[in-house]
Amino acid sequence: MAEPRSERRAEVVLDAAEVRSPDGRVILHPISLSLTEHRIGIIGPNGSGKSTLARLVNGLVEASSGRVLVDGVDVARHGAAVRRRVGFCFTDPAAQVVMPTCVEDVELSLRKSIKDRVRRREAALRILERFGLGERADVSVHVLSGGQRQLLALAGVLATEPDLVIADEPTTLLDLRNTRLVAETLFGLDQQLILLTHDLDLVRRCDRVLLIEGGQVAFDGSAEAAVAQYEATV
Amino acid sequence: MSVPARAGWATRLPVGAKVLALLALSITTVALRGVPAAVILVAITLTLALVTRVPGRMLLRTLRGIVLFAVAVAALQWWWTGPGRAIESLLDLTTLALLGLLLTATTPVGDMLEAFVRWAGPLRHAGVDPERVGLVISMAIQSIPATITLARETRDAARSRGLAGSPRALLTPFVIRIVARAHETGAALQARGIGD
Repeated sequence: MAEPRSERRAEVVLDAAEVRSPDGRVILHPISLSLTEHRIGIIGPNGSGKSTLARLVNGLVEASSGRVLVDGVDVARHGAAVRRRVGFCFTDPAAQVVMPTCVEDVELSLRKSIKDRVRRREAALRILERFGLGERADVSVHVLSGGQRQLLALAGVLATEPDLVIADEPTTLLDLRNTRLVAETLFGLDQQLILLTHDLDLVRRCDRVLLIEGGQVAFDGSAEAAVAQYEATV
Repeated sequence: MSVPARAGWATRLPVGAKVLALLALSITTVALRGVPAAVILVAITLTLALVTRVPGRMLLRTLRGIVLFAVAVAALQWWWTGPGRAIESLLDLTTLALLGLLLTATTPVGDMLEAFVRWAGPLRHAGVDPERVGLVISMAIQSIPATITLARETRDAARSRGLAGSPRALLTPFVIRIVARAHETGAALQARGIGD
């Protein structure tokens, strides 16, 4: 794995991007914005469209109309290329961690980039060390704590060296100790971060925060102002 | 749970040799008739599990998982054809489950994945992506423990609502959860750029 560069960023542009369900219901109203900040938070009630918005960015959800560009690359046309630059961390690591041991799971992410098995394993072990999971390399993923499993999921994502990491409520299922562990790891990354969360303390650490309500951007600005507006609506 | 035991000489054997041995023993188990043959095959498989140092807990968990299903099949066989076929079915199913465990417990998934990708290599000429074939087969093997966990959770949920005897209350949420989990895993793999 390459040495971390400082503040790796990508420019995400949504150009009137809209998402509708197959029956025509609007899930996300047309949104136009540009995301360039290092730490971007997305907050909002359940079902407001936060996850849909995040999934648009790496092509897990396709825009019904409009465009989504990552550094000028159209996600709809070049989804695979965009996903190499945009890592995605899910709420429940159980769906994301698919191999029986920690090292095998990270190795899976490295299959494309490192063909030699010995080198691949060495690289995977180095990544696990970085996430404090070096001693758990050959341990079954089923015996990891919730926080360790989320860190492993993150390690699997970062193994592909993305420039942007999207984390969809990564601390929702964790206790306080593991929440802090995962949060410190996320905010310690040199990669650009888009963080979807219900944790208002976490979101206060972001440079810019979007408040999503009813499939629309209800507020876009500083963390303090976004949190104040969100709390006023609850 | 198919977590490789990672100990013993069997882990170092080529995956191909193990898969061929598994196939040969499985075919023999199905082809040979009679209780004595079934007893011998169970004994051989249990001996193999011991000499390959499959952890006892893993062995017990597999046996516990198969026993309910095997007993149900055996009960039906008893009803239809008598005790001989019933005992044979029970033993044969146990042998097959143990053989599956032997392969997964002594073979790291990475090795299995490499082997399947290699074997599927010639299919590249027919437009098939060997990497994807290997991944699908490995994922299918890995999904077995997760599926068993989902089945247990669904059964417990039905019990807690007093619906333990309702096939609808068991099967409907189970199938929905299996499909949802498959969808989530697919999205997670896609998000990691695997299979792109």
